[in-house]
Amino acid sequence: MVEAVKSPEFPVKEYKTGNKDTVLPYNWALGPTWTKFFNGLKEEKILGTRCKKCNRVLVPARTFCPSCYKDMEDEEWVEVAQEGTVETWCLVNYKYYGQPKEPPYIIAQICLDRADCSVTHFIGGFDLSDPDKVREKMKSVSRIKAVWSKEKHADIYDIAYFEPV
Amino acid sequence: MGRAVAVIGTGQTRHGRRDDVSYPDLIKEAVKAAFEDAGITSQDIDAVVYGSMPSMMEGVAYNHFYFADALRVVGKPLLRTETCGSTGQSIAHTGIYWIASGMADIILVVGSEKQHEGDAQATMTTIPEAFMHADFVGGAPVAFSMQSREWMGHFNIDEDKAREAAAIISVDCHDGGLKNPYAHIRVNITKEDAMKARIITYPVRLLDVCPSSDGACAVIFASEDKAKKICKKPAWVKGTGFRGEEYFSGDSSKAVWQSAIEASKEAYKQAGITDPLKELDVAEVYNPFTYQQLMFLECLGFCPPGESPDYVVKGVFSPGGKLFCNPSGGVLCTNPIGAAGLIRLAEAAMQVTGKAGAIQVEGAKLALSHAMGGALQFNGITILGSEL
Repeated sequence: MVEAVKSPEFPVKEYKTGNKDTVLPYNWALGPTWTKFFNGLKEEKILGTRCKKCNRVLVPARTFCPSCYKDMEDEEWVEVAQEGTVETWCLVNYKYYGQPKEPPYIIAQICLDRADCSVTHFIGGFDLSDPDKVREKMKSVSRIKAVWSKEKHADIYDIAYFEPV
Repeated sequence: MGRAVAVIGTGQTRHGRRDDVSYPDLIKEAVKAAFEDAGITSQDIDAVVYGSMPSMMEGVAYNHFYFADALRVVGKPLLRTETCGSTGQSIAHTGIYWIASGMADIILVVGSEKQHEGDAQATMTTIPEAFMHADFVGGAPVAFSMQSREWMGHFNIDEDKAREAAAIISVDCHDGGLKNPYAHIRVNITKEDAMKARIITYPVRLLDVCPSSDGACAVIFASEDKAKKICKKPAWVKGTGFRGEEYFSGDSSKAVWQSAIEASKEAYKQAGITDPLKELDVAEVYNPFTYQQLMFLECLGFCPPGESPDYVVKGVFSPGGKLFCNPSGGVLCTNPIGAAGLIRLAEAAMQVTGKAGAIQVEGAKLALSHAMGGALQFNGITILGSEL
């Protein structure tokens, strides 16, 4: 089996490498719509907005429709279901700098009932240590529901993950 | 389309882990090669277009300032364009538009990446905003594995058949990489190796994934008058297409990828192509993952939606097939991201001008080059031909 892929032959590294870390703080304004969306999560509600032109319910809530460009200032807020269908998923079992949590974990696109788009979040609540077993398990998983974090901060992690129904 | 535009020279670095040179020296290597290929000097060019991945990749914001000398741009206009993976097509289009508009006659276009100087997957997670999306992106393998699975589910594609087709693409590309003097990955593999390689993120295995590469590519474009004066055998731009999609990736299906479909339709319309599988002689399709190549074969109109695995297994896109895809080994063997889309175009130019050496497709007259980018958000196409 081919495991290590070989690089072409360049001169052996014999020169100096400079190094420095850059860490910068940011503060993102979320505006009224996303503030209301995140405050909703704190109350265990998943909120979307309906575009009055195309009638689609989009989650997370939007200030304007990305298809019609219609301003949603007078938007109709819709509480979508906490259950939905898995559209696609992926087991993350590799590490990278700044990762949100220790692998393995599952990332999925989830279409919540009453929404007309999918959201991205974690799937969990079962043993993820064996990729083959995860794949077998996920073959039978279609419906999932939100599991809420005990401690909430009005952010996307107020939903801890989604678990199979 | 404006004025006719041609490629009159291309240059690439040796791609790989280039700890042996500083970043400006890497740029210089590609720029020098392009000028030598075109047989002109920096005095002949009107302006430079440059692009790469976001600043976080190598830690220098606005790295085109850092590269001004290597790009030979002092005293000339400089534009930066970037669209993530499709940067290489975007910078080419920027140069093409500039000449087609009549505002310039000769433009140097350069794309590059030095992935080993930073953390590529961590950089990818800075592309979406951090309060709703970034933590759920998890780097390129996650995004593309999810898309592969969405595509297989949408068309009810048999997993084993897709697996076999992806392995055939992997073998064809690695064979190409071995023959391509610029390629990063040089390894002799069998279909069995590809099918059984270590799993990265299902369905993607090690030999379905591109490497992290350091490298640069430079292409010189010219107007019809200049091209005819300077170049014995230019590669003519026959058509371009570029399309973008909405930001939230969950807002639309990525199994039937509209931006790829529409970008290619636009390019075919401009080039007068009605049956790409029949009319094109070779294609350089952006394939950081084998499964994405399967999807693109459908989106670019080479075969019906959901049927690419059947076509691949039949050998339609392999050497000697109806439309050989990625004789260079593609992105699968070489991925300096900001350069990768431009390398596709440079390879297409080399094919239609008979300069592709060991990977030359005999008699190639019409070639497609392609790249995708963003968080599954952009697709760009440039079609090149040997005749004006």
